[in-house]
Amino acid sequence: MATKKKSTPKSDAALDRKLLHDMLLQRRFEERAAEAYALGKIGGFCHLYIGQEAVSAGTQSALRPDDYVITTYRDHGQALVRGIAPRAVMAELFGRVDGCVHGKGGSMHMFDRNVNFLGGHGIVGAHVPLATGVGFAIKYRGGDQVCVCYMGESVVNTGAFHEALNMAGLWKLPVVYVIENNRYGMGTAVERASAITDLFKRAEAYNIVGAEVDGQDVLAVRETMTEAVDRARTEQVPTLLEVRTFRYVGHSMSDAASGTYRSKAELEESEKRDPIVLFRRHLQEIGALTDAEYQKLDDELRAAVQDAWDFADQSPEPPLETLFEDVLVETPSDAMAGV
Amino acid sequence: MPVITYRDALHDALREEMQRDDRVFLMGEEVAEYNGAYKVSKGLLAEFGEMRVVDTPITELGFAGLGVGAAMVGLRPIIEFMTWNFALLALDQVVNSAAKTLYMSGGQYNVPIVFRGPNGAALQLSAQHSQSWESWLAHIPGLKVVTPGTPYDAKGLLKSAIRDDNPVCFLEGEMLYNTKGEVPDEEYLVPIGKADLKREGDACSIITNGKMVLTAMQAADQLARDGIHVDVVDLRTVRPMDVEAIARSVQKTNRAVVLEEGWEIAGIGAQVVDYIQRDCFDWLDAPVVRVHQADVPMPYAKNLERAAKPDVPKTIAAVRKVMYLD
Repeated sequence: MATKKKSTPKSDAALDRKLLHDMLLQRRFEERAAEAYALGKIGGFCHLYIGQEAVSAGTQSALRPDDYVITTYRDHGQALVRGIAPRAVMAELFGRVDGCVHGKGGSMHMFDRNVNFLGGHGIVGAHVPLATGVGFAIKYRGGDQVCVCYMGESVVNTGAFHEALNMAGLWKLPVVYVIENNRYGMGTAVERASAITDLFKRAEAYNIVGAEVDGQDVLAVRETMTEAVDRARTEQVPTLLEVRTFRYVGHSMSDAASGTYRSKAELEESEKRDPIVLFRRHLQEIGALTDAEYQKLDDELRAAVQDAWDFADQSPEPPLETLFEDVLVETPSDAMAGV
Repeated sequence: MPVITYRDALHDALREEMQRDDRVFLMGEEVAEYNGAYKVSKGLLAEFGEMRVVDTPITELGFAGLGVGAAMVGLRPIIEFMTWNFALLALDQVVNSAAKTLYMSGGQYNVPIVFRGPNGAALQLSAQHSQSWESWLAHIPGLKVVTPGTPYDAKGLLKSAIRDDNPVCFLEGEMLYNTKGEVPDEEYLVPIGKADLKREGDACSIITNGKMVLTAMQAADQLARDGIHVDVVDLRTVRPMDVEAIARSVQKTNRAVVLEEGWEIAGIGAQVVDYIQRDCFDWLDAPVVRVHQADVPMPYAKNLERAAKPDVPKTIAAVRKVMYLD
């Protein structure tokens, strides 16, 4: 049931450019988010995506606009790649009215109906059944969309994960479950939390396909994900895809990148496989990218993130009257008007 | 007017709403081939097929969450819990996913879902199968909580709940399924959030909901034989609560007994008493008295169970107490 792919370089200039853009945008965005957090412009919990950029960029490049994406509280990167504007994400982090959920959700709860981005969810594992439900709805309507559900590797130990994947396998629902295995659930290493560490092998228990891929190799991620998405779309076969990656920062802004639960040496070793560095090197080796082109892209993205910061800084706080808005939605009176 | 059971009233509501709207589906344990643990869904599989009447594994957290996800993208799930006791396993999905997604998403994703099933104690099922959860659920902004006590209300409220664009927790009474009442043939809805004055009197107000409506009505009958005529205010919905109906009755009778099936601490009755002290302070002739389950897990032995449950004699004693008759 398991498949494993190595990167097979193909020359597609537009795609290469998009993947590089999406990864670098996330990196530059998250660096500034960390800065804003330190300055007190962002409050609460703030979980950064630095190091994992190839996962979101590679997997989402295999999706159609009408597919669905749902993820965890480490959601800035997924939101940006899915197409929520950096301004709207940064304004949300700043708790401002122009944020993508108007200051109601913050770092952990990005949503955007326009791009079928079903959230940013804060309880570990709880969004996995929701993804199964989206898959159920797709099948119910006879559509050919796919739902992609991202999760950290600690999610596989929750009951919600088991219950949700069992039903997806039982009913053949078009969902791709992507484990972003960054090796640490907060500060607990995967081998201290899961009885098996090849997490994709859990797919066997649900009669779905298991696959693993190197999460620092964006082309390999894309290729493996494309197969999984096709399988869901055309055969309604769910996949549990384990993407092995690394976060170069702490679990949230409240813990150091190394020193407590992982060593500096381990962190430095992983940084040698920085997904952006690897992809840039690959593109240069095949003659698809010059230093000047890279620099130009980087300058543009730094400017875009600065623009997002300025926009967020100037956006007003949400009006106080919005405090009581959106607790319940008004049911249209014609729905209650009889048959 | 036809007289049917509470069970058939619920069944008819499900069937009519599934005929009306093909986005509506029913999911839960034993709802399809078994025709429902309490036969509420009898015949629905044959009529609507396996995509719309779905048997699940025993996996409350999973299928409650599945329902929320399906609702977010446009379906209208009815999630049946075999009993609300088992819904505790799913409470994270009810509270953290269903109730909060509209707010967290800045108004972008509403969750039109009904969670339904029997609530409260039946007979001699002991501690883990005999619990009333309405006060837990009513605590949560973003939920509506409905507790019908009669067949008429059960049908009209379930149809409203299914059409509501918000998550609705619909708490039925296991001991009510066989009770009968008048239910019209023609279509009707009972609005969520409106209490019903089930009986009129002037001596005292009994404010109650759900299964205890029956108890209150029986107590009122007995009290009437002694010339004591009471209002019975059936809240029907405990969130939102019809505060005006409570005030109207208590300002008329000047005395109140609050009767609920669940425990005392932070119960529904505590909230009702708060509304009374806010809105009726100057009208009260006596402190409000509450009737509720004893503050213990439900025991098995018949005599202990009887002692633990709110009932007609306890309700009558409470009315006599607020009237200073004993």
